[in-house]
Amino acid sequence: MTLLGVRNLRVHFPTEEGLVKAVNTVDLEMKGREKLGLIGETGCGKTVLGMCIMRLLQPNTEVAGEIWYKGRDLLRLSEGEMRKVRGREIAMILQNPATSLNPVLRVGEQIAEAIRLHQGLDKRTAWARAVEELEAVKIASAEERAKEYPHQFSGGMQERAMIAMGLACDPALIIADEPTKGLDVKIKMQVVRLLKEVVREKAMLFITHDLGAAAEICDRIAVMYAGEIVECAETSEIFRNPLHPYTQGFLNSLPNRGLKPIPGVSPSLIDIPSGCRFHQRCDCATEICEEEHSEMVEVKEGHFVRCFLFGEKDA
Amino acid sequence: MADFVSQFRENRTALVGAAVILLLVLVAIFAPQLAPHNPIKASLGDRLSAPSEKYPLGTDHLGRCVLSRLLYGARISLAVGVVVVGVAAAVGVALGIISGFYGGVLDEIIMRLVDAMLAFPSIFLALAIAGTLGPGLGNVMIAIIVVEWTRYARVMRGSILSVKENYYVEAARALGASDFYVVTQHILPNAIAPIIVVATLGMAPVILAATSLSFLGLGVQPPTPEWGMMLNDGRLFMRRAPHLTTFPGVAIMITILAFNLLGDGLRDALDPRARTEKELR
Repeated sequence: MTLLGVRNLRVHFPTEEGLVKAVNTVDLEMKGREKLGLIGETGCGKTVLGMCIMRLLQPNTEVAGEIWYKGRDLLRLSEGEMRKVRGREIAMILQNPATSLNPVLRVGEQIAEAIRLHQGLDKRTAWARAVEELEAVKIASAEERAKEYPHQFSGGMQERAMIAMGLACDPALIIADEPTKGLDVKIKMQVVRLLKEVVREKAMLFITHDLGAAAEICDRIAVMYAGEIVECAETSEIFRNPLHPYTQGFLNSLPNRGLKPIPGVSPSLIDIPSGCRFHQRCDCATEICEEEHSEMVEVKEGHFVRCFLFGEKDA
Repeated sequence: MADFVSQFRENRTALVGAAVILLLVLVAIFAPQLAPHNPIKASLGDRLSAPSEKYPLGTDHLGRCVLSRLLYGARISLAVGVVVVGVAAAVGVALGIISGFYGGVLDEIIMRLVDAMLAFPSIFLALAIAGTLGPGLGNVMIAIIVVEWTRYARVMRGSILSVKENYYVEAARALGASDFYVVTQHILPNAIAPIIVVATLGMAPVILAATSLSFLGLGVQPPTPEWGMMLNDGRLFMRRAPHLTTFPGVAIMITILAFNLLGDGLRDALDPRARTEKELR
């Protein structure tokens, strides 16, 4: 059963320098309880995609396409209906926990707030639930810790508090936006393991540029480049048999695979290259790559790639 | 917060300001107990007498005790200051929130209105409004509120603009919070600090404006004791009885100075930029 279906989504921001085409013709499909990793380098539009699903972008953003969630197109919901979806149905764990927690509110209050917004519980019950949520994310002596302010928490604990906030209303889908960003390796592994454990019964869109963390958690991985998905397959398939030259380059830039960077820089989202977006940095580029834009091709069951190297064979 | 308290404690002048204000408040509250005479009772036999044992600060042209009138006058000045600043801040904060949070056309309308108000010298504008409304303390207060709300609206808008960009605002939205909830629970508590400073610094101009308008005969009507009006009454007798203008003038000066010292101290303690500059020195 499809839980989330993103169809032909485009997100453009008008700015003074020009139209920023942050997300272009993105299609995504997620089943209930599926963990999908959305991978790409900084500035490729992954966060925008997540924010767009939550409908948290600025009102002047141009959004086209459809986002189906449990049979409803989120882009057509009123703001009031959308508020009921946020937190209760789909929760987002934002990046930068240090700044995503309000400095003047106790951590427990901020988690209790999520519960009270949706479930109308009284303060004391909501507080008790908040403490339980903190226990669930393995914060020691949660009772006392809940009374503390965010600056008294370490980075890893702040991240866990954010996860607790996201889980507080038991949403069906979690969008985690780089939850491991800025954490040291040991803490990162703890957070990843915790996340894996607490979302076992839920679906999760895991936005990251950390392939290791994605491999640990995700069932499938979608690779994003310059605002579009270039390859999508099961996690093991992506690692064993990466097809798109960008995916290969991305994997080869990992420390344990040779630390070879991809030449060039990722293109500006205002002035996107014609043809294949990756052709300027691609070793295998041919004439057709400069002129035409490839469609997504299913190379084998469940493995999609957007590249002419494979399109021609099947066509 | 503890940082703020210690910062504030080190600032001697601000502490002096706070102490003087406290003293003024006590004087205003206990004026009936402290005053040696009835402030509005004329005793024509003692007209324009110099300070003496019976009248510590002398008497005015109707033989009323200047000290008693000054003590009672503190009530009016402080009450006017508190009420006007309170209402002006409430109006300004509300409009500033709307302006900063929603932006767009509403922001343009409110901010152009503020610009228009600021284009006039405030005391002339207040004078014009009070003159149109007619004399009386209530009208003077309305006139000053109309002029004063702008400074709160501007400061609040700026503060909101920076606070609303924080991730925790987005996080609250991601949990399904409404605009009202986000503003009252997340933005306002983080944005209100500058308003405290502006309100403290705003007390002095308000009290000064109220005394000025009373001096010009628009505010409190006789025989109620008010510092500005006392100055005006004493003006005619400046040569024969300089104490009639000196003492109310000194009272006004001390009050204004105290509020400004406190306001400066609060600003230094709450503004991180001013703080680092001080530490560098």
